Amino acid sequence: MNKNIILYGAILIFGIAAPFIFPAFKVQLSILCILIILAITWNVQGGEMGYNTFGNILFYGLGMYLCASVQVGMFFPLGEWTEGGGEKTFVHTPAQFFQGFAVGLAVAAVVPAIIAGLIGYSILGLRGHYFAICTLGLGVAAGEISGGIEIIGAGQGFTTPPFPNVDRLEARGEFFYFCSFIVLVLTFLAVKAIYSTRFKLVLNAIRDNEDKAEAMGIQTMKYKIIGWMISAFFCGLAGGIMGGLVGYIDSTDVAFDGREMGVFMVLMAILGGKGTLWGPVIGATLFHIFKEGFWTFFLGWQYVALGVLIVVIVIYFPEGIMGWLREKYPERFGEVVDEADRKAQVTLK
Amino acid sequence: MDFLIFQVPMLTLQAVLDGLLLGILFALIAYGMALQWGVMNIINIAQGDLVILGGYIAYFMYLYGIHPAWGVIVSPIIMYFVGVIIYKLVINKVVDRDLFISILATFGISILFMQLMNFAFGADVVLANSGYGTTMLFDNSVTLPNSKIFSAFISIVFAIGLVIYMKKSKLGRAIRATAQNARAAKILGVDTEKVYAATFGINAALCGVAGALISITFTIHPYMGLPYTIRSFMIVIVAGLGNLPGVAMSGMGLGVFEEFADYILGTEFRIGSVFLLLVLILVYRRFKLSRKREYLK
Repeated sequence: MNKNIILYGAILIFGIAAPFIFPAFKVQLSILCILIILAITWNVQGGEMGYNTFGNILFYGLGMYLCASVQVGMFFPLGEWTEGGGEKTFVHTPAQFFQGFAVGLAVAAVVPAIIAGLIGYSILGLRGHYFAICTLGLGVAAGEISGGIEIIGAGQGFTTPPFPNVDRLEARGEFFYFCSFIVLVLTFLAVKAIYSTRFKLVLNAIRDNEDKAEAMGIQTMKYKIIGWMISAFFCGLAGGIMGGLVGYIDSTDVAFDGREMGVFMVLMAILGGKGTLWGPVIGATLFHIFKEGFWTFFLGWQYVALGVLIVVIVIYFPEGIMGWLREKYPERFGEVVDEADRKAQVTLK
Repeated sequence: MDFLIFQVPMLTLQAVLDGLLLGILFALIAYGMALQWGVMNIINIAQGDLVILGGYIAYFMYLYGIHPAWGVIVSPIIMYFVGVIIYKLVINKVVDRDLFISILATFGISILFMQLMNFAFGADVVLANSGYGTTMLFDNSVTLPNSKIFSAFISIVFAIGLVIYMKKSKLGRAIRATAQNARAAKILGVDTEKVYAATFGINAALCGVAGALISITFTIHPYMGLPYTIRSFMIVIVAGLGNLPGVAMSGMGLGVFEEFADYILGTEFRIGSVFLLLVLILVYRRFKLSRKREYLK
């Protein structure tokens, strides 16, 4: 237990100090936090519950649009803001900006969770690959449809309010970094707390055998919907921050970007190890380092690399890093190993 | 209902005819998907990208002065080998694994293909001009490009040819046997590995034909693959595996639906409505089955 406290403390201190140690990488660090949040939320859904979704991008994009719309709409007419062509004459004062952002984030978290709850009963009745394809369809449909809605900028995109002019030049990066870092810490603690309750066991039971879980008297649908709502809540938050960070929302390239973010979150969770607490964190970190390196040095080939990476990870490494570690050092994961039994298994293989 | 399309009967007829001709093409792609889904139990997300690749083969023949209609012959031959290579490199490692693994792996292939095609052929929307002209019906109020009629005809020819091939030939019997019970087929001397490779190759070849026809009748673009995958998936789940008339019917139904959605909602919502329709169909099936306490398997 003591070791854990030291570890968490070290990570927390590093997280707080990071933007000052690496001032040039503030945006990258914020994106890393967002990616970790997305991987963790996907893992609640895909890893623990066994409902592999491509559709969490729906909540991410929804959160992004909602946060920006609320932030603008609280003070200015939204329609005029997103109207193309003209000069933007509206400027948020610092107080307006931060108030709007806070309310926007709250809306961006709550509304996707409610929507997940509303559509959950219909969608979560599907299983396996039908669920995967259905959510893929949902994500793409949301992108295509939001690209046709006039009031949120349609095809030409939505410029989120620029960061207000305060005296420090560094303020914008630090603000968004700490926003995303705090949300990351909250997400991690919330998920950690959830994972130590009966709720997680129910989710695992659903993953392992849903029919049996139902036969044991668990109301699986209720738990599935709650699991999806938790996932959507944090996804929406991440989306809201990401919208402010990027500064520009496009329906298919930034918000409902199933080809990038939607696949990334699945890939990160699988790379780190599905169904573990730390797996998504490790997977997202490694993936982000790999991605940034590749995106910088081999620009243009990034999707080729991404495609190859997906195929390689899925075929040769489906258990992920944590799964691999678990197989190698089962004692560290609290599994009691009978040496004779283990040797017998090894020889059997 | 004050939509123009319902007030002018000729416009309705136009949409229906366009939809039917388009739907036959969708049905051809869906037939390939049903084949490999039924035999190998794999959902191929890269289906649409194979279609687009087949289209580019016809387009390149057109660029080099060969009539693009010959692409209908050349494209499936090339695509057959592309399919077999994909099978050897990736698919054979995911055949007996979890379906989600195969979805994700083919998603990776799809992204890879998209970007490679983008490099090789550029990001422009292109079409191969067949120069077939247009047929006018009812005092020029309904226009039918001859290329669409040609493509529907060719699709039907290929579909019927494949059905006969599957019924009569040795490989066709082996494929059907493997689909019924791979293990039993293996015991009785069928080389299932070869059958799987051939199935994936035939699927890719069908995509090649469809792609060549699409490059003649419509347009192709490296990133347009995913909607074709979703359409064929939708057609297959509506019709069911191994139900060929059903595939044709639901393909044409989808084509007509799309044309009407295009007229009524506007072109910008066309792809979105296809994806929403998929969600609605799945949800409808789910509620229908849950009354019997079953679920989609």
